Amino acid sequence: MQRLFIANRGEIAVRVIRSARELGIETVVAVSEPDEKSHAARLADGYRLVGPAPATKSYLDQSAVLAAALDSGCDAVHPGYGFLSENAGFAAAVIEAGLTWVGPSPEAIELMGDKARARDAARRAGVPILQGSEGAVGHGEDLLAEGRQIGYPLVVKASAGGGGRGIRLVTSEQDLASTVEVAQAEARAAFGSADVYLERFLGRARHVEVQILGDGQDAIHLGDRDCSMQRRQQKILEEAPAPALPDAVRDRIRQSSVELARECRYRGLGTVEFLYDPESHEAAFIEMNTRLQVEHPVTEMITGLDLVREQLLVAGEGTLPLSQDQVQFRGHAFEFRLNAEDPANGFMPSPGTLERLDWPGGPGVRIDSGFVAGSAVAPFYDSLLAKLIVWDASRTEAIARSLRALGEVEVEGVKTTLPLLQALVQRPELRDVEHHSKFLESTPELLGGTV
Amino acid sequence: MADILSPLPGIFYRKPGPDKEPYVNEGDHVDVGQTVGVVEVMKQFTEVRSDTAGTIDKFHVEDSGTVNPGDVIATVNEA
Repeated sequence: MQRLFIANRGEIAVRVIRSARELGIETVVAVSEPDEKSHAARLADGYRLVGPAPATKSYLDQSAVLAAALDSGCDAVHPGYGFLSENAGFAAAVIEAGLTWVGPSPEAIELMGDKARARDAARRAGVPILQGSEGAVGHGEDLLAEGRQIGYPLVVKASAGGGGRGIRLVTSEQDLASTVEVAQAEARAAFGSADVYLERFLGRARHVEVQILGDGQDAIHLGDRDCSMQRRQQKILEEAPAPALPDAVRDRIRQSSVELARECRYRGLGTVEFLYDPESHEAAFIEMNTRLQVEHPVTEMITGLDLVREQLLVAGEGTLPLSQDQVQFRGHAFEFRLNAEDPANGFMPSPGTLERLDWPGGPGVRIDSGFVAGSAVAPFYDSLLAKLIVWDASRTEAIARSLRALGEVEVEGVKTTLPLLQALVQRPELRDVEHHSKFLESTPELLGGTV
Repeated sequence: MADILSPLPGIFYRKPGPDKEPYVNEGDHVDVGQTVGVVEVMKQFTEVRSDTAGTIDKFHVEDSGTVNPGDVIATVNEA
């Protein structure tokens, strides 16, 4: 790999440039018109215009992105996260054009993109899944028997659904048959397939995940993370390792995630996501993300590894540069997503020009951002301003250090979610790991009355 | 003649989805409070509504064009 095309923007483009540069790989970053003056464009060895402001006409325009990669003499493409990163067709087009795709095979992306197939693959690999019906549901008495076996409440899910769509809650047996009928009709209309299945419902669950790295033959894990602190299914605070997880559960999700990666001949970085019920100590597969994650730095902090470097090495050389024994875990890390949104005004996006930008420093503190003072925060893309990542020897110390570091942040020119992050890090529920993925929505005082 | 202004910076869409019909077309009648499009700012969508009843005379911003706060999105011939 000599010259890498980065088909992304903002902090993740900057992140990839840094690792590539340390490996002696040149970088060319894709830019839309308003991003020509971005920090990523300035840091990279070069940049190529791929289209106007709307992402559908620039960062999501597959032929424009591929043409720019080829035209700039790149021999590899890094998709970052979001945009085209989990698009199997784009991955195939990159490979077809003779370039190295920094990510898993199109087949693996496609497999994990199909909810029902992914669940089947997980079950075969021994990954714990929620108790549910085997394949599509039956009718009449068969259906009621399946419902009884799972227990209530349960959810009816469309096989072809995903991302939270095509899911209905059933709280008692008398509603099961009618809900299944409605769900089948909806699934046919929305997804073109009437297949639905039943699954046990977890109410107050935490979100835990396992980072894996594979080379198409073998795979290893790089530990786990907890991303339970969310607002409207968007993560806002993540940590590693996942706290308050029994050893048996941690071992099981790590080992089975590695097994899943091996079975689907997974190459590159991937994340296997689970729901975890702290009351029953049950973990269950949700989905696998076939790309670098936003929250990868917390894993880097506790392993001392550069995940993007490992990703580039696997893509370039084709074999795992590390063995499981070489991965050691030390201390605890948090990541805070600082967004350009106004918490006092219903989290309204707050684009603008950054008049002032003071980041914290000191031991164990890291900032990943695509902005510098004077940068414009465009209204066209997501609101992530920066990720503040904090490491310390223990979770308690890491919380104290996080509070200290958040207190040093000064941003002027746009509204930010800093007050929410400062309030969260002082909550006893975070300290005692009593939070869950609906914690923010169920704690209105944290959101100024708005969810 | 009344102007419909963009309340926010972002991208203006005339349709609720890529495969959907436009909310309204030039020459269509609109009521007070009727949605004529949406502005996407940082992945959040805000509806743009008409403050007056009348007929849409002209759209001044194309579908998925960029807008700034106060930009004239469309003009309405008051009924």
